[in-house]
Amino acid sequence: MAERPEDLNLPNAVITRIIKEALPDGVNISKEARSAISRAASVFVLYATSCANNFAMKGKRKTLNASDVLSAMEEMEFQRFITPLKEALEAYRREQKGKKEASEQKKKDKDKKTDSEEQDRSRDEDNEEDEERLEEEEQNEEEDVDN
Amino acid sequence: MADVAVGKDKCGEQRLVSLPLSRIRVIMKSSPEVSSINQEALVLTAKATELFVQYLATYSYRHGSGREKKALTYSDLANTAAESDTFQFLADILPKKILASKYLKMLKEKKEADEDGDDGSDDDEAES
Repeated sequence: MAERPEDLNLPNAVITRIIKEALPDGVNISKEARSAISRAASVFVLYATSCANNFAMKGKRKTLNASDVLSAMEEMEFQRFITPLKEALEAYRREQKGKKEASEQKKKDKDKKTDSEEQDRSRDEDNEEDEERLEEEEQNEEEDVDN
Repeated sequence: MADVAVGKDKCGEQRLVSLPLSRIRVIMKSSPEVSSINQEALVLTAKATELFVQYLATYSYRHGSGREKKALTYSDLANTAAESDTFQFLADILPKKILASKYLKMLKEKKEADEDGDDGSDDDEAES
């Protein structure tokens, strides 16, 4: 494993909630058990990442993509995750599409406004914000290469 | 990068997953061979991790002795790691626990076996 610059643990509150929702009502989870599951989850991420990366390299790609992660699940014998993951991916893609269309619509609406000087100025400011947001979204699509 | 689990406008995908994407990304990036991670891969990894937590918890609970006690304990998890093929990769980080006295006894027995000139091929790993 590489050196640990910061916290490689996942937040306790979220982990606890996921566990509680999975187990029947009224079941107690010891602190030790919770902490163990949290560590296990971090190890899972590392294992999945490494596995997915192998698939990316096989495909001569430097960027991990969704199909690499799905292939990794298969490889790690977590086939049971594949269907729910595919559903989540579809939902995510729909959401992204919706957001893009919404912000494009916003731009169209703004252009239709009457051009008084004041509104011109506020439009420019808003457009800058939209552009920044779109830029950030595009940046979020692919991670920067940190090396 | 939004850290919170609650959905925000920019990172609406966080409503699909509860785990913070920024933290997942940090863990993924700590892997040396990885250069870039596309956003979809990040979301799927976070989601898979949630599914994993659920699966580990329920599996350990079902197979554990805690069912009568209505509790999930560390040893349920350690047993899962030791006995299930799927969760084998966790065996090193979730070792079974034994009492310190038992461990010391094992050490003593091993020492005696070695001194007797027996083939001391006792390679049990006991961790307390």
